[in-house]
Amino acid sequence: MAKIEESLFSAEGFDKRMAAGKFWKTMMTEYWIPKDINFLWAMGVVLAVTFSILIISGIFLMMYYKPDIGMAFDSVNYTIMQEVAYGWLFRHMHGVAASVIFLIIYIHMFTGIYYGSYKKGREMIWLTGMLLFVTFSAAGFSGYMLPWGQMSYWAAAVITNLFAGGSLEAWGLVEWIRGGFAVGDATLTRFFMLHVFLLPLVIIMVIVVHFYTLRIPHVNNQESEEIDFDVEAEKYLAGNKKESKVIPFWPVFLSKDFAVVGVFLIFYFYLVFYNYNFAMDPVNFDPANAMVTPAHIYPEWYFLWSYETLRGPFFDMFGMKAMDIGLIIFGFAQASFMLVPFIDKDPDILPAFKRPKFHIWFWVMIVDLLVLTVYGKLPPTGANAWVGFYATAGFLVLFAALPFVTKADAKARGAL
Amino acid sequence: MSNKTNRRDFLGMSFAAVAAVGGAASLVGMKQAWDPLPSVMAAGFTTIDLAAIELVPGKPQTFKWRGKPIFVLLKTADMENFDGDLVIDSKRYTVAIGLCTHLGCIPAWKANMWKCACHGGEFNASGVHTFGPPPKPLVIPPFSLEGTVLTLGNTGDESKAMIAARA
Repeated sequence: MAKIEESLFSAEGFDKRMAAGKFWKTMMTEYWIPKDINFLWAMGVVLAVTFSILIISGIFLMMYYKPDIGMAFDSVNYTIMQEVAYGWLFRHMHGVAASVIFLIIYIHMFTGIYYGSYKKGREMIWLTGMLLFVTFSAAGFSGYMLPWGQMSYWAAAVITNLFAGGSLEAWGLVEWIRGGFAVGDATLTRFFMLHVFLLPLVIIMVIVVHFYTLRIPHVNNQESEEIDFDVEAEKYLAGNKKESKVIPFWPVFLSKDFAVVGVFLIFYFYLVFYNYNFAMDPVNFDPANAMVTPAHIYPEWYFLWSYETLRGPFFDMFGMKAMDIGLIIFGFAQASFMLVPFIDKDPDILPAFKRPKFHIWFWVMIVDLLVLTVYGKLPPTGANAWVGFYATAGFLVLFAALPFVTKADAKARGAL
Repeated sequence: MSNKTNRRDFLGMSFAAVAAVGGAASLVGMKQAWDPLPSVMAAGFTTIDLAAIELVPGKPQTFKWRGKPIFVLLKTADMENFDGDLVIDSKRYTVAIGLCTHLGCIPAWKANMWKCACHGGEFNASGVHTFGPPPKPLVIPPFSLEGTVLTLGNTGDESKAMIAARA
């Protein structure tokens, strides 16, 4: 080690010990972002801000919440909502942010699919991102249990029942997860632990990896132009800022992000103050009751599409039980988007508008997911059941078709 | 050990072996920490006296056992006889765990069948699935019978016969 004479409490001394300047350059002022991007590239920072809101509001809720089946409901609906100063605000901020973060995750995800930002060097970004989607889903589900209302209880009952594995009847696994014969006190307390400690810890670690996976392959751009970042960075540093195709992450790119974050926060706080009810299901204001199932139970809006794939196949087919088919498709739906980089057979990175058949595929997928979402909320009777069935079948067909669709585009372009 | 294995390899392998045993043992401990507690297991018995509960034929009553609803239905004369009925003094009963075998919602009684609101599954008066996603009949709880008293949680011949009839 070189001998360091400067005091720790001087700028040079600190820098010599910690290489703070070099770190700041690598992560911020010389982390190059293409100029040719739009507001959709700000969703990552919007997500980081929303996640911070969840952590901060969650810390305040945790100080009064009681993870005990005798006290949980009142600790939320009486203590936090009525006694704690601004308790209602922290709860509504937490509930609305939990809902809105999924909206932004979906936008973030489909921006990636649209612009082909998941392939040929960027697979790790995609995979860690999908891992975040799964862990956020687990965090959303475990958090939904905590107010211990009727929806909390029955969502917990139904989702833990998935682990019985249909006809496999892995009964022991369900009871192990619940810590009892039915969802009860042990279940609530262990899901509280998952929600406030283990899952946030995992999420934070995966976010760090997710950021890192982006650092080497760099951010994609609107035209998917291949940029030589070293050459463009030199131009920028030499003062040819106009000519250069890149900008530094800080302060230029982030200042644009903050503008988008500003617009987002106006929308978010509008929801928190004037329209929080969409995240507060009225059924969940009845205390949990193991002896009465609510007339209709449905998950929060962001789980509806995959929930509909679970109940889409409502009759036995191919010698299999309807329930087992549903479970298999549901399991596939959770992991399905992880496959996208590997079943996209187009050798080029291009945005959807330069891949005509993939462009159609993209919008049909969006429409199919919207149909699944809408019908996931409706009771599964009569014609609704058939719409759900065909939308579920359509979802599978779209995944099966992706390799052929992307190959056809590449052939038409002469790339294959 | 071959001649090429030197002292460092031996140390490395010993370390790995000790770590693997310790790791596996901790996993077993952690798994068991999540098992249902002894008090939960012990509280798993409930008795129902069919003579005392004044069942109206065709109208099931619901009891609670291990946190789950138990349906007890006294069948009417026009409900079909089923091998898996519990028969006591020529009265035919259906006794079943009142959770849909699809994903565990409580089906509601509609005149002559149980209908599940969650995903539309239907079960007839014998608790056998007749429509929708449920893959099998309502589950029969283990119970023993003494006279007209059911002891839920205690496996007896009657419940074994009912389970066998639905398999």
